[in-house]
Amino acid sequence: MKLVKSLIATAATLVVSGAAWADITIGVILPLTGPASGLGIPVNNQVKLWPTSIGGEKLKVIVLDDGTDPTTGIKDAKRFVTEDKVDVIVGSVATPVAIPVSGVAAEAETVQLSLSPIELPAGKDGWTFRLPQSNTVMAHAMVGHMKKLGIKTVGFLGYTDAYGESWLRDFTPEAEKNGIKVIAAERFARADTSVTAQALKLVAANPDAMLIVASGSGAAMPHKAIVERDFKGKIYQTHAAASRDLMRVGGKDVEGAYVVSGPAVVAEQLPDSHPSKKVALTYVAQYEKAYGPGSRNQFAAHGYDAFSVLEKAVPIALKKAKPGTKEFRAALRDALEGMGRTVVAHGVLNWTKDDHWGYTPETGVMLKVVNGDWKVE
Amino acid sequence: MDSTIFSILLLDGITNGAVYALLGLATVLVFSVTRVIFIPQGEFVAYGALTLAIFQTGQVPGTVWLLLIMALLPPAIISLVSLWAAPQNLPLLVQAGLTVAIVTSFGPLVYRLAYQSLADASSLVLLIVSVGVHFAMTGLGLLFFGAEGFRNPSFWDMRVNLGGLAIKGQAIIIFMVSLALIVLLWQFFARTLHGKALQATAVNRLGARLMGISTIGAGQATFAMAALIGALSGLLIGPTTTVFYDSGFLIGLKGFVAAVMGGLQSYPLAAVGAIFVGLVEAFGSFWASAFKEVIVFTLVLPILLWRSMADGHAEEH
Repeated sequence: MKLVKSLIATAATLVVSGAAWADITIGVILPLTGPASGLGIPVNNQVKLWPTSIGGEKLKVIVLDDGTDPTTGIKDAKRFVTEDKVDVIVGSVATPVAIPVSGVAAEAETVQLSLSPIELPAGKDGWTFRLPQSNTVMAHAMVGHMKKLGIKTVGFLGYTDAYGESWLRDFTPEAEKNGIKVIAAERFARADTSVTAQALKLVAANPDAMLIVASGSGAAMPHKAIVERDFKGKIYQTHAAASRDLMRVGGKDVEGAYVVSGPAVVAEQLPDSHPSKKVALTYVAQYEKAYGPGSRNQFAAHGYDAFSVLEKAVPIALKKAKPGTKEFRAALRDALEGMGRTVVAHGVLNWTKDDHWGYTPETGVMLKVVNGDWKVE
Repeated sequence: MDSTIFSILLLDGITNGAVYALLGLATVLVFSVTRVIFIPQGEFVAYGALTLAIFQTGQVPGTVWLLLIMALLPPAIISLVSLWAAPQNLPLLVQAGLTVAIVTSFGPLVYRLAYQSLADASSLVLLIVSVGVHFAMTGLGLLFFGAEGFRNPSFWDMRVNLGGLAIKGQAIIIFMVSLALIVLLWQFFARTLHGKALQATAVNRLGARLMGISTIGAGQATFAMAALIGALSGLLIGPTTTVFYDSGFLIGLKGFVAAVMGGLQSYPLAAVGAIFVGLVEAFGSFWASAFKEVIVFTLVLPILLWRSMADGHAEEH
């Protein structure tokens, strides 16, 4: 890991020295190693596809690895604001890292475009904008679907980290509003060799449906464990599991699973009336041209959207101040808050001064796994 | 909790415990012969499981290239065979055999590269080197296998239902292989000249050398055995869980807890300890899944206390 880190640092230095006269500096913090590297690597792939200028100003993009470690993430962020004097921080895509980075961003009065749906105490997200849909927005779509199927009770099996906890916290009230009860909640970690015990306890509670909160290929093991215990109800997965790794690892056991997702990964299947269809198709075409068919995923799309919003906000901010200054950073924040309805690959964003989440509740799309592929419900 | 749940948890705990037992034995073996606390033991597990997984996709695993770079003749032959075999989609068992050969060859290579020149250094220095080797191997694992996990096909797709208890073929394989390996190790140390030489090195390095036993050879043989055990463990758990490039560390650490129960010197105690760790983990996950890891690793504290009380004073090597 050390070796990879120093390589990245060297590469970053090269980028810095090679483009010393660039005007707008973007600091990107991503987990390229560690448990969340499955999320960070696709975003990094997307960052490589970013154009080299916005609004006529040249871009300088610096990518640092946070190793899925909050301490490293803070160090990266501090380096960005003190040494590189970045105009905007993008990242991290790992929830436990994105939260402390927001603190550094707020202190340095620098905009953070978080690629993870992080929950912050009221008043602490003044400089943080989130590109993923909030868990509440996703839970809204999921609960709506459960209600339609007449589900009354749900068992919860989630990661023992901030992602799992925030889902439980956001899902429970949304479900209760609609007469659905969470009757059992169990936790597991990605590296666990077995989740048999948790699955047993949940299946014994006999809920109508299970909700699994995990990411990427880590979402398949708990799913298989529940199926192995002969659970006959429906199984739901969250948007962090909406990648093909779920089917690759889960095989026929994940057949029939319901996965909530942003619209980007199912661009072709969206109805023509869906506002995001065009942008999502552009993203998919660009990403799959570079990384092969079927390589599209939720996380790289957030990276794509991060650039889309900057493309819209930076020209507005440029009218007020020069990049690299405190005034520009403040102008950029005001521009993001005031840019109005913005269509991105993952839905329609509308950030305001009081709302740095921005997606409308109808953003989540329910997918079903049918014959190893996604099908929009 | 009824008896069905109890028996399922028992089975789950013992199945995982059997794998931890293998890793615990390897840890004890390496420590007693070379005084190295071998933290990267778990990495061999991940390498084993993932090398097979990549073979399954018909590609050449990155470990093959590493082996080619690190080694000369005999392992290079394994590499060349693998290069030929990878695209052929050979039967699962052949690929598994090849995987074991690849990962086992890493053992002596790691010893030669990291530990051999430090063989007389203090245990602490060796431990620090182990931490370094662990980081290097995890990083290489990410490079070779990517960030996403793999799940291997089962070696034996069988399911027997006994009442409410479903016993899977893979679980039976895990028991059989673990048991066979333990018996083999026991016989190896008790009956063969090589085994006795290793044991002699463990008891007294200088004395062993005076008797004409090569301590370097002993170290390499030990690491080869540790890597072999690691690779086999990887093949065993590959079909029961999703293995990531960094999964090995936690699995190895649980083996280490078991080894500590055996005082890093007793094989039977380490094996019993491993089963105990597996059971605590299974029942811990059932009652308080959020604190499972905490429960397992807190076990070390009372054990250390008990061991230091029982032993009086630790023997200084």
